[in-house]
Amino acid sequence: MANQNVKIVTLVIDGKDVSAQQGQTIMQVAREAGIYIPYMCHVEGLSNIGACRLCLVEVQGQRRLLPACTTEVAEGMVVTTNNERLRKYRQMIVEMMFAERNHVCAVCVSNGHCELQRVAQKLGVTHVRMPYLHPKLPFDASHERFILDHDRCILCTRCVRVCDEIEGAHTWDVRGRGTESRVIIDLDQPWGTSESCTGCGKCVNVCPTGALAEKGRATAEMTKKRQFLPYLTIMREEDWA
Amino acid sequence: MDTRTIVIDPVTRIEGHGKVTLFLDEAGQVADAHFQVTDFRGFEKLTEGRPFYEMPAITARSCGICPVSHLMASAKACDQIMAVRIPDTAVKLRRLMNLAQIVQSHALSFFHLSSPDLLLGMDADPAQRNIFGLMQKYPQLARDGIRLRQFGQSIIEWLGDKRVHPTWVVPGGVSAPLQPAVRDRIAAGLLEAFTIAQRTLDWFKNNLEKYQEEARNFGNFPTLFMGLVTPDGELEHYHGRLRFTDANGRVIADALDPTRYMDYIGEAVEPFSYLKSPYYKPLGYPDGIYRVGPLARLNIIDRCGTPKADQEWAEFRAVDRRAVLSSFYYHYARLIEILYALERILQIVNDPHILDKHVRATAGVNALEGIGISEAPRGTLFHHYQVDENGLIRRVNMIIATGHNNLAMNRSVLQVARRYVRSDRLTEGMLNRVEAVIRAYDPCLSCSTHAFGDMPLEVRLVGPDGAVLDAVRRG
Repeated sequence: MANQNVKIVTLVIDGKDVSAQQGQTIMQVAREAGIYIPYMCHVEGLSNIGACRLCLVEVQGQRRLLPACTTEVAEGMVVTTNNERLRKYRQMIVEMMFAERNHVCAVCVSNGHCELQRVAQKLGVTHVRMPYLHPKLPFDASHERFILDHDRCILCTRCVRVCDEIEGAHTWDVRGRGTESRVIIDLDQPWGTSESCTGCGKCVNVCPTGALAEKGRATAEMTKKRQFLPYLTIMREEDWA
Repeated sequence: MDTRTIVIDPVTRIEGHGKVTLFLDEAGQVADAHFQVTDFRGFEKLTEGRPFYEMPAITARSCGICPVSHLMASAKACDQIMAVRIPDTAVKLRRLMNLAQIVQSHALSFFHLSSPDLLLGMDADPAQRNIFGLMQKYPQLARDGIRLRQFGQSIIEWLGDKRVHPTWVVPGGVSAPLQPAVRDRIAAGLLEAFTIAQRTLDWFKNNLEKYQEEARNFGNFPTLFMGLVTPDGELEHYHGRLRFTDANGRVIADALDPTRYMDYIGEAVEPFSYLKSPYYKPLGYPDGIYRVGPLARLNIIDRCGTPKADQEWAEFRAVDRRAVLSSFYYHYARLIEILYALERILQIVNDPHILDKHVRATAGVNALEGIGISEAPRGTLFHHYQVDENGLIRRVNMIIATGHNNLAMNRSVLQVARRYVRSDRLTEGMLNRVEAVIRAYDPCLSCSTHAFGDMPLEVRLVGPDGAVLDAVRRG
């Protein structure tokens, strides 16, 4: 990790002069500078896909908004992470996440420990302005230890990436398009019948909501352990030879 | 042909949304009455496909007054699906929360909802005939009511972190053991609660004479009574066996296994209400009419099982020669049950094992069916779940306390209306008596239909030709 030859760039985030290593993302640099940018699909230790659009920021000279998790810093960049326009977009994105499926916080296993709930609170989302779709979605309780509740899934695909990139099993994937999309196990089959799943539980622990949880957890009892991910990533990058 | 209908809509100071329709004959006399529950929510349907262990939290949302009752019945149904024997301390802790719930709910019913009728009069100005009017004229009693309810609610909050919809009652037991500080706080609050309960009971007994008219006419007719009793025939709210007694106080069915409720309880559906009408199967519909709740519980038992409540119970049973038949005495029964609940709470907090840390059993799906039963403040509550092999809900049936009383409430409304309503116009006092008899049952309509609504009720007066003559709506 400790590379002496990295190039240092300087940039401005929210009026604050910061320096960073070339190759870092705006998200990483902002976090080091103590600036909070909301996110949902990003998780430290996995690849970034810029899918949830919550981390969109303004970059001076760019007409489009750019996702902070996939945009690398550059010399002289001027970034705004928070203003009225961004706040409005982010609120709308969170509202759409709620409207798309059946997120019933009050009875959810992750109530009080949910990243979606926390982001909604941070962004001041008090209600959802678009009509709820109320889709009828299945609940997969066929695995011995874990459950998949599509009602709470926001399609962040953290489970897909952790299974592929860290565990190496690639049990998870996505099928369908738009609101019809769903995370699937192997060839879209019940979790309990999966041949590739190792039962490691990494997907459950990176899931931001109650979509993946340990079986039998009552309301508000599901807390996720995240520490394993950075440790695992670091350990795998070490040269043990 | 000049028969008409009176409609009271909404009925006030009850929990839920209902309406009363009174049918008049040609002579302007009340010929029939319907108490209608107009909400619909469908918890039995919307929970299909969810994992069974979510049921306590979901079904508790049927109600904001008695969520704890649903937690009890639901968690017990889940215990059966897991086929576990939950730790003894967990049973005691669940009982503790259930008793606290009975204290707060009965206090709400008696002090906040019904005492304005008793103290300020059935004909008092409705603007004054409420808890605020009570505070002005009878500040001590109003304060007592608020304090007593607060005590019950506080116990629920101390145990489960929330006054309404705590998540502490879980399949297999409870989610956290009792903290010594909480036990001490409960013990410290009991003294005041006992004082209030006894003071109110004494006041009520001293004033019983004043209410002889109400006692004669408020749902005063023979029915069966049903509820849980301990194996020794004592008062029971959490577990036990079902007993039916008749209007003479005779036990007609005893030690019934609650999980076989379908063998002896039928559910009839009337087109005018979302609330089903359960009846005792051996007698058929509608002769199998029975009542549940505080009055029924005190009618079916052999004794309460705690010293203070037993003393009061003996006096209570002397009100009538056989079973206490008038639904007006639900109020009286409620006050005795508060006293009983406080005595049991005291016993539980003094239990040497109550601080045990082992309060939860864990298991997967070991049975595909579970039936949980408990005594809610308003009567016997059934939760019946069927699950698939993964524990996902396939079918739910809930029979709610208020539902059992549906037939009796209808008959009570008819009795009161026949006595007090005699014209094609409705007076405030008439209406309030019709509502007051409903209030005596402390119905929870949102629970009973698992339905949505505030607490208003409407009364309509309908002629024989079906024309609505007069309607009053409040809420």
